[in-house]
Amino acid sequence: MSASTLLRRLLPAAMAASVLLAAPAVRAEEALPHEHWSFSGIFGGLDLAAAQRGFQVYNEVCSSCHSMNLLHYRDLAGIGLTAQQIKDIAASKTVPGPLDDNGDETTRPGTPADVFKAPYKNSKAAGAAFGGAAPPDQSVLLNAREGGADYIYGILTGYVDPPAGFKVPDGLYYNEYMPGHLIHMPQPLHDDQVTYADGTKATVAQMAHDVTTFLYWTSNPEAVTRKRMGVRVVLFLVLMAGLTYTVKRQIWSDVEH
Amino acid sequence: MAGLHKSDIKNPVLNWIDTRMPVFTMMEKEYGSFPTPKNFNYFWNFGALAMVTLAIMIVTGIFLAMNYTPNTEMAFDSVQRIMRDVNYGWLIRYVHQNGASMFFIVVYVHIFRGLYYGSYKAPRELLWIIGVALLLAMMATAFMGYVLPWGQMSYWGATVITNLFSAIPLVGTDIVQWLWGGFSVSNPTLNRFFSLHYLMPFVIVGLVFLHVVALHITGSNNPLGIDVKSPQDTLPFHPYYTVKDSVGLCVFLAIFAAIVFFAPNMLGDPNNFIPANPLQTPADIVPEWYFLPFYAILRSVPNKLGGVAMMFGSIAVLFVLPWLDTSRVRSARFRPIYRPLVFVLVAAVVVLGMVGAHRPEGIWVVLGRVATTYYFLHFLVILPALGILEKPLPLPESISNPVLPRRGGGGGPLPGGVPAAPMEKP
Ligand code: HEC
Ligand code: HEM
Repeated sequence: MSASTLLRRLLPAAMAASVLLAAPAVRAEEALPHEHWSFSGIFGGLDLAAAQRGFQVYNEVCSSCHSMNLLHYRDLAGIGLTAQQIKDIAASKTVPGPLDDNGDETTRPGTPADVFKAPYKNSKAAGAAFGGAAPPDQSVLLNAREGGADYIYGILTGYVDPPAGFKVPDGLYYNEYMPGHLIHMPQPLHDDQVTYADGTKATVAQMAHDVTTFLYWTSNPEAVTRKRMGVRVVLFLVLMAGLTYTVKRQIWSDVEH
Repeated sequence: MAGLHKSDIKNPVLNWIDTRMPVFTMMEKEYGSFPTPKNFNYFWNFGALAMVTLAIMIVTGIFLAMNYTPNTEMAFDSVQRIMRDVNYGWLIRYVHQNGASMFFIVVYVHIFRGLYYGSYKAPRELLWIIGVALLLAMMATAFMGYVLPWGQMSYWGATVITNLFSAIPLVGTDIVQWLWGGFSVSNPTLNRFFSLHYLMPFVIVGLVFLHVVALHITGSNNPLGIDVKSPQDTLPFHPYYTVKDSVGLCVFLAIFAAIVFFAPNMLGDPNNFIPANPLQTPADIVPEWYFLPFYAILRSVPNKLGGVAMMFGSIAVLFVLPWLDTSRVRSARFRPIYRPLVFVLVAAVVVLGMVGAHRPEGIWVVLGRVATTYYFLHFLVILPALGILEKPLPLPESISNPVLPRRGGGGGPLPGGVPAAPMEKP
């Protein structure tokens, strides 16, 4: 195949995109739910208890389909888990080890330095299980969606009966907040699916709230430090602006204009 | 002419250096005692702000480059590792990412200042032209920088924009392949964009140097747009304008910091948190906000080549602006017809920005075409004609002796709603 034929094959997609003639994608009509989040606002922190419960939901539910490739077990210190807890969590996973003397693959228990164990070998394998729609990696998923936390919460709580006449094909599910309303993910959360150690009742709403808090943290692990630092930096700069302005008035006081 | 410089510097070490290489004398002449019109308003802060922003971009960029990997398999993750595993990497990256936006805000205001006060007119034509070259260089830098994190918008934005060159007759396809280093945006593209993205800022530094050289030959324009007539019209740059620039800088940095620390992703596209995927086109491909007006012009023309030509033409008219504007009066304050029309131009550009963010459907197509038409009409028809048709107001005698009332009583020189504090009285 010559270069120009290859190019001619590749161009139309980009061309179509550049002119944006593509049919408008169906948008979710529903306004997103407005949850109260511990991390919203410039003084927002992070509800560590919710984030830890959220990790439990991720670990016991979501992680069977979704990878979390940018996180290491050691990072969990960021939601307040102790070194021992982290070690235990990591050790409960079996991860690929070094090749043995015969060149065969081995396995070993995980350590805090390991990346979160992925459910599938690669995204092809993951896609194959869901009609081609691989479950997206969850490391920065919350930042990758318009609407952020409210959207994720909406997806997790948005499994309702389709309106009369709406045909839901096999392998797809109806979701109020998914653009186009059809999603390849079966409803992941059901009441009492996990048992919280702190006695919190595991309703769908509660678990959705907790896991969304956890996903906010995985997407923005620096957020609490960032905002705390920001308050000080901005305050300092505003004070400096005031001070400099006073000096400026002083210096200009001898100028007639 | 060889020969040692007779230095006035007191400190013996500095004097020794200055005698052999009079950089301190030069700094003192260009930034110390440099005679500067005394009637600047805060619009004159923006050149200094642009310089500071450039310095911030270079410093943060160098630290990012230490940890970034320009390979399609690793680029996305390497940027995320900067955010997570490099000490204060999130700060460096968010400053760099939002710094690009701040840079454009500052430069757009700087350009507006030039348009409103006629700073492009003789004898400052070359200074203005270097400025437009700086704008182009910044755009190229920002475009290539945006490709580096290799998210969905990086990839598809790069694909759409590089493909524009394919509209060029005969050689278009070859040019695009040459830019790509292959048959699509791919690893060689990313590699060269990284290399050029590292290079361009230093080209910008060079252009800024020339910009300032030209400025210090002609001297600054001022809100009245009239020439400096006597030493009474000027003040030494230091301390008067060093301190005034510092006020603006503190306010600017406070706004910059508020965005970086409280809303670092406000100006970004969520799609860029998804790794680039050549097999999946995002529903909407939208450039960064600072390119939207140009993108809107591109799409307002039904013909691809025509659209590309108009888009580049929108910058090209700026290069020849000094000769399109036939009026001898610089400041819009004294041009009763030009003054409202500058704001119409600003409105047209803002509308184009909104058009660029929407799909070209319904009302947006109409708005895009109307605004594009006005943009070109403004520069190509209205400005040449106004010089003949418009009757300017009487100009003040000198900067230190303005005939017009400077403030109060509705006769103020700045129209209401201009986003600048008029010259305050100490
Ligand atoms: C049975 C496997 C499975 C489980 C368990 C699962 N997911 Fe998914 N998830 C998927 C698949 C498949 C998709 C891709 C859906 C699509 O593109 O239609 C997906 C997509 C998503 C999306 C993106 C929707 C969008 O906007 O594209 C979110 C958010 C999500 N999952 C969150 C979760 C959370 C949180 C959990 C744990 C509570 C979870 N998922 C558990 C299979 C799963
Ligand atoms: C004129 C000044 C500059 C402008 C306008 C600019 C603009 C940009 C933009 C828009 C991005 C994408 C930001 C993102 O989405 O993350 C970026 C990324 C990047 N820039 Fe620059 N840049 C400038 C100078 C520099 C310099 C001097 C360097 C290196 C010496 C540099 C190195 C990088 C690197 C490594 C990235 C990729 C990492 C990242 O995406 O955060 N930049 N730049």
